[in-house]
Amino acid sequence: MLNQLRPAIVLTLSLTVVTGLLYPLGITGLGQTLLATQANSSQIKRGDVIVGSSLIGQNFTSDKYFWPRLSATSPDPYNAAGSSGSNLGPTSAALVERVKGSVESLKTAGATVAIPADAVTSSASGLDPDISVDYAMLQVGRVAQARGLSPEEVSQQVKANTRQAVLGIFGEVGVNVLALNLALDDLKK
Amino acid sequence: MTLVGWLQISLTLLAVLLAIKPLGLYMSHVFAGERTFLSPVFNPVERAFYAVAGINQNREQSWIAYTFGVLLFSIAGFLVLYGILRLQDILPLNPQGFPGVAPDLAFNTAVSFITNTNWQSYGGETTMSHFSQMAGLTVQNFLSAATGMAIAVALSRAFVRSNMTTLGNFWVDMTRATLYVLLPLAVIVALLFIALGMPQTLDGSFTATTLEGAKQIISTGPVASQEAIKQLGTNGGGFFNVNAAHPFENPNAFSNYLGVFSMLVVSSAMVYAFGQITGNRRQAWALLSAMAILLIIGIGAVYWAETSGNPILTQLGVDPLQGNMEGKEIRFGPAGTALYAAVTTGLSNGGVNAMHASLTPLGGLVPMFLIQLGEVLPGGVGSGLYGMVIFAILAVFVAGLMVGRTPEFLGKKIESREMKFAMLAVLVLPLAILGFTAISAILPVGLAGLLNKGPHGLSEILYAYTSAAGNNGSAFAGLTANSIWYNTTLGIAMLLGRFAYIVPVLAIAGSLVGKQKVPASAGTFPTDGPLFVGLLIGIIIILGGLQYFPALALGPIVEHFLMLSGQTF
Repeated sequence: MLNQLRPAIVLTLSLTVVTGLLYPLGITGLGQTLLATQANSSQIKRGDVIVGSSLIGQNFTSDKYFWPRLSATSPDPYNAAGSSGSNLGPTSAALVERVKGSVESLKTAGATVAIPADAVTSSASGLDPDISVDYAMLQVGRVAQARGLSPEEVSQQVKANTRQAVLGIFGEVGVNVLALNLALDDLKK
Repeated sequence: MTLVGWLQISLTLLAVLLAIKPLGLYMSHVFAGERTFLSPVFNPVERAFYAVAGINQNREQSWIAYTFGVLLFSIAGFLVLYGILRLQDILPLNPQGFPGVAPDLAFNTAVSFITNTNWQSYGGETTMSHFSQMAGLTVQNFLSAATGMAIAVALSRAFVRSNMTTLGNFWVDMTRATLYVLLPLAVIVALLFIALGMPQTLDGSFTATTLEGAKQIISTGPVASQEAIKQLGTNGGGFFNVNAAHPFENPNAFSNYLGVFSMLVVSSAMVYAFGQITGNRRQAWALLSAMAILLIIGIGAVYWAETSGNPILTQLGVDPLQGNMEGKEIRFGPAGTALYAAVTTGLSNGGVNAMHASLTPLGGLVPMFLIQLGEVLPGGVGSGLYGMVIFAILAVFVAGLMVGRTPEFLGKKIESREMKFAMLAVLVLPLAILGFTAISAILPVGLAGLLNKGPHGLSEILYAYTSAAGNNGSAFAGLTANSIWYNTTLGIAMLLGRFAYIVPVLAIAGSLVGKQKVPASAGTFPTDGPLFVGLLIGIIIILGGLQYFPALALGPIVEHFLMLSGQTF
């Protein structure tokens, strides 16, 4: 079957050129020309400074910002150079302890309603840009107080930055945390 | 579960259903060597390749020559990919300066991509240069899929030809699958993905200054081009560590629908092409019905289990409204997450948009069981079809035993030679899955990789070998698989799952093509009606269930009951 060695080698190399170089480089060229914003990772700029990507979550710990979901990336949360989930299973004691801690700190901070699940669970990527409307509403009081705004003004911003499902069917309702916090920062200017 | 959620699921599946006929028809023309609207572009390319490679495209091959072609091409692909991975530090397009990949990881990854498994023992954004992603991994995303399609086409031809010895030419079938089917689709899907937000750049990363003043390094790259073929070729190997859960690899609900659509469409259309080639489209719809019924049950089961949530967390004061949210992203929603989890495992895709390790016990059982059923729902491109034909042969054999007649499928008598090869193929999976799981569950080197304790730990191991042998590639990623033990044994499981299956399939094709096609008579068991669909589903479930139930009982099933009683580990 040595007569098949030549096709094996030639086709492996020639198809590598077509599918491994021409195809991805061609798509890169088209993407950079026709859809430059998306192709360049949906960066958000303030002036000349890149403050993030509209798709990638970032960490917030200050009271004046809405907080994102928990992130299991290491060494720091929201490490966008090393995505990771917690991979903890449903009967993991580590998961239960972690959730218990998060629930308690939210209750200490004044949460009286049932805690939305996304507030105390880590996302799949560790980079989830969104939180649920329930979790955002839970944080309105804290953010309003820290910024010296009325809760109505802040919840107005939450509503304005809530992504709705298209036609009420397609897509998931959620709040992009970075967009919301940017909107709040822009408010005072 | 909500009505809107089911609407999203149904409409995505409906879009696939509508695309099956036109794409399947087109593919049957391509594999018959007929002129298509893309011939003006690709015919010269194709001819140039054949000229340099010394291929006479009209010269067909026997099953043995065809098999050697498959094996040689896979070996060549392995060597090139292994070389690229090992040498990526001195190759171009390495903006982040990654070192060469270690030998055991390079072996595992190269095997993983040539077998269409795309298991990731590595994190893409922390290991692979752009050159490795493009000229290494993306290439095998095309070629391993095209190889599967070629084998399926060869098997299809065996049912229409009488008293012949040849099945077609592997090199021609594989080249046409790549150029005429996968490449044009990949171009369209990649551009749509970019429009939906996916990056496509040669930069390695950029640094953002966050609102709180921290530096955030954000990895990026040529994501869309790889993601498109990853889905269309049912490969599943992601650009990033967390695969399609990464916002760059799956930016929103719409890229999620398109991703699921692209995973399903070629594989399903392949079944239609089978009907077209064999001249029996009703047979194709019968096979598709069996696949769809099992897949939709799987989707529903994950959807139900995940929206039911985790009662242990509810006890702590967590609102059960959103269901189980650990390891999930907000933007896909529960329906989009369940749909992806079931489709990626019913197919042999293996990409994930949620961490399967963090699914509820029953929610995690379903993807594992869908792989164990043999990756035929509708399975990998090509591989799903030939897997399903094997099950169909088993089904007519069982039916033949019940009524005492020689079984026939599509006018070909199924005799002891075919049955022996079919059983050989079917038994490879449980041997590799259960054998390696049992060994890893007692060896310290196997147990060292576990993250979760208790039954979930066994599930991590069982899922890993299930995924590898089934050529799926998804994982309960708590398992640290980047060790010499797992890289090697998972590599062997992947090779067995691919090639110890392919060889018997092509042997069956070689045996069938030499037989006279017998016309249907009153005594022929009809294989294109609901009775056969029911029988086929029964065979798939009984085989899968009998083989794996004991192992599943010790893993996810016992974990489910322990979760209900509040037990943690």
